[in-house]
Amino acid sequence: MTPTETWKRVLILMVCAWGIIAALPNAFYDRVERHNDAAADIAKADGVATVEEAADLALWPSWAPSALMPLGLDLRGGAHLLAQVQVEDVYKARIDGLWPEARDALRDVRDDVGSVRRAPSPEDTLRITISRPENMAKAMAALQKLASPVMTLTGSQASDITITSQGADIVIQLTASEKTATDDRTMQQSLEIIRNRVDQAGTREPTILRQGSDRILIQVPGIGSAAELKSLIGTTAKLTFNAVVGSTSDAGANPGPRNMLLPSKDQPGLYYIVEETPVVSGENLVDSRPAQDEMQRPAVSFRFDTAGGRRFGDYTANNIGKPFAIVLDNQVISAPTIQSHISGGAGIITGRFSVEETTELAVLLRAGALPAKMDFLEERTIGPELGADSIEAGKTAALIGLAAVLIYVVASYGLFGWFANVALVLNVVILVALLSAIGATLTLPGIAGIVLTMGMAIDQNVLIFERIRDELRDGANPQRACQVGFERAFSAIMDANVTALMTGFIMFWIGSGPVRGFAVTFTLGVITSMFTAVYVTRLVVELYINNKRPKTLVV
Amino acid sequence: MAWRLKLVPAKTNFDFFKHQWITFSLSVGMIVASLICVAVMGLNFGVDFKGGTTIRTESTAAVDVAEYREALAALQLGDVSISEVKDPSFRDDQHVAQIRIGAREGEEAVTPEVIQEIEEALKAVDPAITFPSVESVGPKVSGELIWKAVAAILAGSAAILVYIWMRFEWQMAVGLVAALLHDVIVTVGIFSLFQIRFDLSIVAALLTILGYSVNDTVVIFDRLRENLAKYKAMPLREMMNLTTNETLSRTVMTATSTLLVLIVLLIWGGDVIRGFVFAMTLGVVLGTWSTLYMAKNIVLYLGVDRGDKPKAPKKSSEFADVDA
Repeated sequence: MTPTETWKRVLILMVCAWGIIAALPNAFYDRVERHNDAAADIAKADGVATVEEAADLALWPSWAPSALMPLGLDLRGGAHLLAQVQVEDVYKARIDGLWPEARDALRDVRDDVGSVRRAPSPEDTLRITISRPENMAKAMAALQKLASPVMTLTGSQASDITITSQGADIVIQLTASEKTATDDRTMQQSLEIIRNRVDQAGTREPTILRQGSDRILIQVPGIGSAAELKSLIGTTAKLTFNAVVGSTSDAGANPGPRNMLLPSKDQPGLYYIVEETPVVSGENLVDSRPAQDEMQRPAVSFRFDTAGGRRFGDYTANNIGKPFAIVLDNQVISAPTIQSHISGGAGIITGRFSVEETTELAVLLRAGALPAKMDFLEERTIGPELGADSIEAGKTAALIGLAAVLIYVVASYGLFGWFANVALVLNVVILVALLSAIGATLTLPGIAGIVLTMGMAIDQNVLIFERIRDELRDGANPQRACQVGFERAFSAIMDANVTALMTGFIMFWIGSGPVRGFAVTFTLGVITSMFTAVYVTRLVVELYINNKRPKTLVV
Repeated sequence: MAWRLKLVPAKTNFDFFKHQWITFSLSVGMIVASLICVAVMGLNFGVDFKGGTTIRTESTAAVDVAEYREALAALQLGDVSISEVKDPSFRDDQHVAQIRIGAREGEEAVTPEVIQEIEEALKAVDPAITFPSVESVGPKVSGELIWKAVAAILAGSAAILVYIWMRFEWQMAVGLVAALLHDVIVTVGIFSLFQIRFDLSIVAALLTILGYSVNDTVVIFDRLRENLAKYKAMPLREMMNLTTNETLSRTVMTATSTLLVLIVLLIWGGDVIRGFVFAMTLGVVLGTWSTLYMAKNIVLYLGVDRGDKPKAPKKSSEFADVDA
């Protein structure tokens, strides 16, 4: 047989060696997991380890690879939720927030437009009736200043509202681009809040993903039930605006009566002393978004409802030049100085912000409370015992399946069967290594995928061996038979694998949940089996043929 | 000569077309029967597709379905089904039951209070009972999941059709996809006939069946293409028989090794994935059958364009230069 080039041999051996090393931690799953957890906890505590953590850390050498296949909910137990965010809820809040502004704007031209009242309308529309429709143009002009450009990441600018007249009525509606931008903000805020809430519960590797335009998938391993997870997410964050008394770097400072000592979120070691009673709280905040100040610098705009606006206006009028603190969950996220009397309940926060920071702060500001109601479309709870049972069953099946195939292959192909078995075992090892390296979650269907790969991987060796048999039967010598056998089988192997890969990709692309878990292992299994069955087997057969130089060969 | 396990003799000479009308009619008959079965009896959709809640209970005490039913009747949940789950992998004192509650009008998912009530009612019957898994899916999502599943299978078939068309002849692509649909439809038909629970994981199984069946058939087509170039004068019918006989050993070998693994999974893999594994097992059996008797019949019927220059590349194929 033509020997494989040296560089190719080295590469093949290196891949196999990497596979064995990278798959190894999974053989000691419990130890390595405790080691990893301890390492993460210690890193979080700035290198300070408790006795227990140090003991856990010592369970696995730090220099060794420690990536594991994360276990899916069905194997570890935990809760899964699919939530749909009622993004339309926010339109109503926006429209309700617009009404006082519109009323104030029209009050200025009262002599021309007469009396103003809000007419009944759908939730995403503001309909205002004026008593002197003949001066509609003036009313429209007065309202025009309420419109502001929508800030989008692409930089294109469109107005956020449309103002039209219908007889004696003025109809104000949110534009499509404003709705899209609002939906996007709502989703970001919802994700941010959920992430904060779940992270605070300190569970391992939660998955929180946006799905489609208005859905959020939440998977939390190790939590008792979906109901528990729901109550965790449902708790709202507390946002307040407080008067600042002073700041200090002393964490133990006495703030004095009716004051609180709160840490700064961004500057470690800095503490603010703020008044305990907030000036305004998050319940009064109706909107917050990235904006620009008059110098075109990035800023964050916010708006209160009527009651909040009045209180905030009074407070800012009396405290120009003093700082006030924006407090979220007992952390000061920002403490800007009041530049002027802020009337109308809206204002902007300036600072040395980048555009990204303003987006983030706007999200955080609104992240106090869930911006919209969530409906739970799917909830699943899997107990840890069921997961343990499934792992046990999967392990048993994988081992028995592997043994059965190994025996069957040796019985059918003798020595060449052993060659194929080396490839088969390496295939499973490299597959596990790959899954660990990319952090693909292992689920029960995933285990089935691995087991099935074992059955199907043999097919490629069978194709090659049958070809070799054909050639031997036609009178070729062993060297030639092996050479031709590998060459001829390749086209069939290629076609078979390409079609298998296509179904794998489609499963991954369209599928969700169990289908996806299966698709990942199945697809990777096709790739690894192609590598081991073709390249590894060839290398082994080649070594045998070229070193032993057998006169006759029975496959 | 060393002993080898041989399920197929080294040289066979079966005439796979001898009873071609019987075998082909049998395949078509199975498809029709499956479609009728699905139309008449429907599928036993799991919560993934129908919406509702499944609760898995586990207890050290034996399951008394009638008692459970009585306990839940008081709650007026509507459509409730309770079945005991038996599995060889269970411990002696492990008694598992599956309770399914249909989705109610206008509800996106069963409320936690309802689940709480159910759990309490069952605890009153059997204090040792635990609830290892509770899954609720709203009707909105389940509707989308059905559509996604159908789309996945159609997209998979279409992609395969195009690929085979490019690599082989269109007649082969048609034969292959007909064989694939046969495998999928008959598997679904059997799920309908025995009213086995049909959920999302079964769709994954159907897609794998597509993959397996293609794999199986492509190998024969690959050899057929090679033979078409090799024996220009041989009648198509004879050549297809020759090809099938040449690859028969491999077809049986691969089917056996895959079935071996699947049967192991069926026995020891646990009850959670049993439906999934069962679908795959059916698929492998049907896939092998359709490879031998369905795909080729269609190709024979359609004929293959055998001009002076066959589309097929030379013997060693275009990948021969990719030296392994």
